[in-house]
Amino acid sequence: MSILSAALILVGLALFFGLVLGYASVRFKVEGDPLADQVDSILPQTQCGQCTFPGCRPYAEAIAKGEAPINQCPPGGETTMLALADLLDVEPLALNEELEPAAELPEVAIIIEKDCIGCTLCIQACPVDAIVGSAKHMHTVIESECTGCELCIPPCPVDCIIMRPLDTTIDNWKWKQPISTENTYPLIPMPLDSELNDKGLGS
Amino acid sequence: MTEYLLIIVGTVWVNNIVLSQFLGLCPFMGVSRKLETAMGMGLATTFVLTLSSISSFLVYEYLLQPFGLEYLRTISFILVIAAIVGFTELVVQKTSPLLHNVLGIYLPLITTNCAVLGVALLNTQQSNNFVESALYGFGSAIGFTLVLVLFAAMRERLAASDVPEVFQGSAIGMITAGLMALAFMGFTGLIKVS
Repeated sequence: MSILSAALILVGLALFFGLVLGYASVRFKVEGDPLADQVDSILPQTQCGQCTFPGCRPYAEAIAKGEAPINQCPPGGETTMLALADLLDVEPLALNEELEPAAELPEVAIIIEKDCIGCTLCIQACPVDAIVGSAKHMHTVIESECTGCELCIPPCPVDCIIMRPLDTTIDNWKWKQPISTENTYPLIPMPLDSELNDKGLGS
Repeated sequence: MTEYLLIIVGTVWVNNIVLSQFLGLCPFMGVSRKLETAMGMGLATTFVLTLSSISSFLVYEYLLQPFGLEYLRTISFILVIAAIVGFTELVVQKTSPLLHNVLGIYLPLITTNCAVLGVALLNTQQSNNFVESALYGFGSAIGFTLVLVLFAAMRERLAASDVPEVFQGSAIGMITAGLMALAFMGFTGLIKVS
């Protein structure tokens, strides 16, 4: 008899608390701000903080509350701003110039060696001494030293220096940059016009 | 009135839950690296411990004792404490997001803390009544918070000081905790605890 009451009481307690918790999880459910969710899905999720907010989600919440302008996202660029303007039904704004521009994909300078006349002007311009060569001899760029600053391009009299995206090797491979909805992210090669038209984004 | 005061003083200083009963040692070592987390943990524990000692008293007094099921107290206390902590977390999340931000990550941690279960069991062992149980839980939690904050403050200083290599990290923490326990032994005899 006592074993039966023990089992009944424990089961009863467990059932009671289970019901209370189940009811509470429905009754006290915290709804997220749906507008902030939508805005957040448009932002590029780089969490770079250039919008002066600590990450994309806080910026999205500030936009949803109307506390922040929509032009504060340099990585997202104009496409993100236009998508936000469309979503919130407000006038598009020019991107905020005070904020830093988005970081480009890493690039290195390449000297087209058959055009090089050996003038050494690019060697003098290079801030990290990544170009080797001497007067009237061909120059070349030490790829591992080049920072991609592009300072060597203007001095070259024969325009034989080009910028080329860094090859992906096992040392510098990174996860792809996150893509916001509808491929609005400018760091990724833009889809063809035909693809855009399929998604209703093309002009 | 005096006995209530004695319970508080006794649990905070004399029979301190960490340093003389050696319960709740894992958060004591685990979340005492920074003063802020120690305070958050202390607050959350105070909250849970008070609530759980009240609720486990009620369950023991009105459910287990009338049916002669005292031997089921451990499992039913665990059940009650876990359910109440879960319920409170849901309510706090809904009603006060700010408080939830402060206590949030600590609340589920405390559910399985031995100090919480220990205080509930000690309450039944000492056959405390309702008010005494609540005060015992509250006092223990205050004692826990006090030593946790003191210990965290010491560890913050220790982190910046020149500790011999073999003692660095947890080792010096253990030694500090031992010295604190020795110091708290000095409170024995301050009052006579029944």
